[in-house]
Amino acid sequence: MVLRETLFDMLEAVSTAQNVAGEVQVPTRLVDPVRGAEILMRALVDNGVDTVFGLPGGAVLHIYDEMWRYREAVTHYLVRHEQGAVHAAEGYARATGKVGVALVTSGPGATNAVTGIADAYMDSIPLVVITGQVPTAVIGTDAFQEVDTFGITLPIVKHSYLVRNVEDLENAVNEAFYLASTGKPGPVVIDIPKDVTAALCEYRDDRARFLSVQAVEPECDREMLGVALERILTAKKPVFYVGGGVVTSGASEALTKVVEAMGVPVTPTLMGLGGFPTAHAQCLGMLGMHGTYTANMAVAESDLLVAIGVRFDDRVTGKLAEFAPNAEVVHIDIDASNIGKIRKPQYPVVADARVALEIMSEILVSKCATNHRERLGGWWSEIREWQKAVPLSCEYSEFEIKPQQVIETLHEVTNGDAVIVSDVGQHQMWAAQFYPFKRNRQWINSGGLGTMGFGLPAAMGAQIAVPGTQVVAIVGDGGFQMTNQEIITAIQYRVPLKVLIMNNGYLGMVRQWQEMFYERAYSEVDLSISPDFVKLAEAYGAQGLRAKTPGELKDVLKQGLEFDGVTIWDIVVSKEENVFPIVPVGGASRNMILK
Amino acid sequence: MAKTEDLKPKTKDQNAMRHTISIIVANQPGELSRIVGLFSARGFNIETITVGKTLEPEWSKATVVTKGDDRTVEQIIKQCSRLARVREVKAVTSLPHIEREMALIDVSVRSGDERQEVMSLVEIFRAKVVDISHDRMILELSGTMDKVDTFIEMLRPLTVNEVTRSGCVAINRLSRLMTDEQFGAAAAA
Repeated sequence: MVLRETLFDMLEAVSTAQNVAGEVQVPTRLVDPVRGAEILMRALVDNGVDTVFGLPGGAVLHIYDEMWRYREAVTHYLVRHEQGAVHAAEGYARATGKVGVALVTSGPGATNAVTGIADAYMDSIPLVVITGQVPTAVIGTDAFQEVDTFGITLPIVKHSYLVRNVEDLENAVNEAFYLASTGKPGPVVIDIPKDVTAALCEYRDDRARFLSVQAVEPECDREMLGVALERILTAKKPVFYVGGGVVTSGASEALTKVVEAMGVPVTPTLMGLGGFPTAHAQCLGMLGMHGTYTANMAVAESDLLVAIGVRFDDRVTGKLAEFAPNAEVVHIDIDASNIGKIRKPQYPVVADARVALEIMSEILVSKCATNHRERLGGWWSEIREWQKAVPLSCEYSEFEIKPQQVIETLHEVTNGDAVIVSDVGQHQMWAAQFYPFKRNRQWINSGGLGTMGFGLPAAMGAQIAVPGTQVVAIVGDGGFQMTNQEIITAIQYRVPLKVLIMNNGYLGMVRQWQEMFYERAYSEVDLSISPDFVKLAEAYGAQGLRAKTPGELKDVLKQGLEFDGVTIWDIVVSKEENVFPIVPVGGASRNMILK
Repeated sequence: MAKTEDLKPKTKDQNAMRHTISIIVANQPGELSRIVGLFSARGFNIETITVGKTLEPEWSKATVVTKGDDRTVEQIIKQCSRLARVREVKAVTSLPHIEREMALIDVSVRSGDERQEVMSLVEIFRAKVVDISHDRMILELSGTMDKVDTFIEMLRPLTVNEVTRSGCVAINRLSRLMTDEQFGAAAAA
């Protein structure tokens, strides 16, 4: 202390002298060296982080020591398994667009986080995942709880760091947030050896010091976009095929303006749901394997496909050769590598979806393109025929609850306003089909990786991110059992998590495929031996509710929503209901199986 | 003597051409593995890869020789360009270019005749003898990959003990108009 004050005095004396002389610039403030762990925490706070999901361990002890000191600025949610931490961070990010942060220890902490990182990578979700690592001196010696986190996560990250020197830590954190959230978002891993978190260094408080990061925001090619727009305005059977890029870039408003001006039909993908209101008169419903008949037929018949923020995923296209076989393609995507990867477009535009749509909207206004609606009259009557012929529907039963009915009832009792977070399987498809979404980020699910166990922790993260909005997790009895340990996390932090289990006693989607494509040989899909979910909920200190008959469904759902706390609904639904329509794998989308 | 068929490059697919791609990447630990990992994860093949510093020590240049149709090469370039620490990716082979590989070849010479045979091949290919003992020679050759292939094939009737090849390096020509042949003719004149 004495020494530091003396140093202060000396420097002050020097600086005054030099200022008078006007020769040398002195630092405006003195910065004491701090631990790497504190640099990390300060950098997190300076990047706007107030929420971290994590679980401590040996390699991150210094970080957790600082976490304690920073508890006013950063709320840490102690999960019960690292996979839960990453999915919760994903839910947080998917509900808001902000960067989600997870913190785990080395070795098994990092490997448990891998599934969540891969999930975020496939769906382009902005995450910063901080992993502890063994001290630099023992890296490579098979030390206790050592794995090559950098190597293991290499193919599933947007970028990653192994921070070997404390001097590089601040910059790595700043870059990580920049990379995770700009351009096409994605997960960034920062692997920090324990000794680096203990080493001393100055906190420079300088977020401009990126070393060598590429500019990741492409500039929109206005000329090509103009040409594409001309083409759209002359198309006879245009369809807008919109995906996750519309959601990520917040392009809903611009999209609605553009398609309303032109009167064109729109079909969102599974990832694009919410990006365009399902109930909009121009919305054809979801496209793809379990999409609507109308959407798939319209794309199959179209002469121009306007693909925005999509990647021609195999679950959307079915048999490629017969996907929009007569259509020219306009492809707008922020990721140049998506353009031409699966289908070569005639009009490629590398651009952020919102930027491109706003430019299109500007051009349209100047063109007064209102009479284009009438031009598409013939196309619309064709579409209306399909809609009339094969609407999305299901027959209710007197005796058992139909899964589609659960979604429709949930829609009713939540006034269609809830953020729906889905797990993976049949219930996911029913939720996508039967809950009409009004707004961006109202639909959260694991699309690309298809991670069972995603729903519950992601819903917790989402509810934490948007405390004023009702969030409901829809999960199957299979996926629920993969991550239900996080119920206690929600209890601990008083997060009013609502989890609706669609309980059909099967790994339902696999059972459906075995029924349809494997001659009903139900191999290892029977989950009829499961815990009593109501008792399980109560063991956690949550409200457990069950509905077995159609008559009690609505009241049970209402009762759970009214309860101020964690609710687990065990909704027993008909066991062998199938998701229809379905395009069999590798089939042409026009040959959907309808029932 | 090797048969002429053996000397032709073997391609499974008519469209699968050989391409040389140069990638300017940050000279930092792990960055090269990111590129190599990307190739294996996306199913692109690597025939050769070489890496060295550029004029700026914080940047390296990796030269990758790969086989694939135009679409594959386009994907390789786009995928590599996505990496945060990659500054530039280009298909060197899409423009007039110079391409060289170096090989060190250890060959047995059991008789004077064999030594003479080697020396005449060395002359024809403008190779160099860099080491010699009573019954072996080490030869150094640089040239296009095809030239190196051919030289090794020509040596095969003798006993080739070991071959070390550097992988290909490449650079675009100053004049975009000159092809390799034209340059050769100009140099010979």
